Amino acid sequence: MPALARHSGGGVIFFTLIVAFVLTVIPMPEWLAYARPEWVALCLMYWCIALPQRVGVGTAWISGLFLDVLRGALLGQHALALAIVAYLALLLHQRIRVNPVWQQSLSVLVLVTIYQIFVLWVNGIIGKPSANWTSWLPSLSSMLMWPLVFVTLRSLRRGFGVT
Amino acid sequence: MTFFALVSIVIMVVDHRQQHLDDLRSALSLLLYPVQQLTTLPRTGGEWLAEGFTSRRDLQEENANLKAQQILLQAQLQKLDALQAENIRLRDLLDSSIRVGEKVLIAEILSIDLNPFNRQIVINKGTRHGVYAGQPLLDAEGVMGQVVSASPLTSIAMIISDPSHAIPVTVNRNGLRAIAIGTGTSNTLDLPHIPNNADIREGDLLITSGLGGRFPPNYPVATVTQVVVNPSEPFAHVKAEPTARLDRSREVLLVWHGEPTRVESSDCPSDQPDCAAPPAGGG
Repeated sequence: MPALARHSGGGVIFFTLIVAFVLTVIPMPEWLAYARPEWVALCLMYWCIALPQRVGVGTAWISGLFLDVLRGALLGQHALALAIVAYLALLLHQRIRVNPVWQQSLSVLVLVTIYQIFVLWVNGIIGKPSANWTSWLPSLSSMLMWPLVFVTLRSLRRGFGVT
Repeated sequence: MTFFALVSIVIMVVDHRQQHLDDLRSALSLLLYPVQQLTTLPRTGGEWLAEGFTSRRDLQEENANLKAQQILLQAQLQKLDALQAENIRLRDLLDSSIRVGEKVLIAEILSIDLNPFNRQIVINKGTRHGVYAGQPLLDAEGVMGQVVSASPLTSIAMIISDPSHAIPVTVNRNGLRAIAIGTGTSNTLDLPHIPNNADIREGDLLITSGLGGRFPPNYPVATVTQVVVNPSEPFAHVKAEPTARLDRSREVLLVWHGEPTRVESSDCPSDQPDCAAPPAGGG
């Protein structure tokens, strides 16, 4: 591969992130909305694990900033949480990568829970506590969605030759 | 990593304490506008298909129904005109300010479930359409909430069921003043600090009192569903159900109640000929 074309397919990564943003705010029935997976976190985690040299803490932080605006949250709230998750995913990518998909889901559960701890922690600090157990449902649904996300993004990555 | 964490914490603090970052937020939201438009695509596509495939008989039926309804409404409107004129006369006699009709604009909800615990919605009108932070929001049946932040093309509004939202109300029957506070569930409002001996019953209609200066007076807010009087406690436990369809509405009305004039046609975007509709659900 020529040196200039070392990075290719940035558009694919961008496109998957846009789709994740759309899925984050697309209207859903109320009972399902409580269990909406954290699509942006899932998408970023995949790219961090698959292409740690391309996608990292910076991308995650910028996406988080957009997520804050999209969700009407405090600016920097999701940015911080996503940056931390991306950092952990980069740190652990070699260990997570070798596992089969269902074992990866468990790592994803831990990472998304950490993500949610930060988001809900900030919510608590600014006076919007959610003492309800349903606030933790996205972690579980994200875990269940991981195989789907993984397979879809992997086929996209291979199909378009994203490196 | 540390750098990003520190920057996040700094901007979170600044955003929470001050308004310096509102410009950044509206700039970013402008970039996100296409994403928000994309989210409405499945629904608009579905509506387009449904409209295209409606049968002729359905349309005829609907047309007949609408005509009948229009006649009915027109008859009511005649009475309303007379009542309105009488009201203005009486108010003139009382020498109080008149507020005949408020300027309104129909906005569409772009996304309603940003965070189930926050009770905020995003609507497709922004500062470019004259929306401002603090503007009241109605639907066809009652008060829905208020705008909390407006960017050029979209704005975020807080629903009255948000736990951090409170709205001054009066009981329509006797004018008893109260404050309705959101509980986080879309079908319950809490009315704290009502004395045990206050005259409030189940089924009472609560309307906006206009006292806070934020909401126009006399719009329906909620109906009282539960009054529990426990003599050992200083206040009664009063719960009410919002009349607005907080989790089912698609269109909402933005109200400018500072101006005592009706909407001018120049304020209507060309694709929304019906935006001059009078505010519905007036109490």
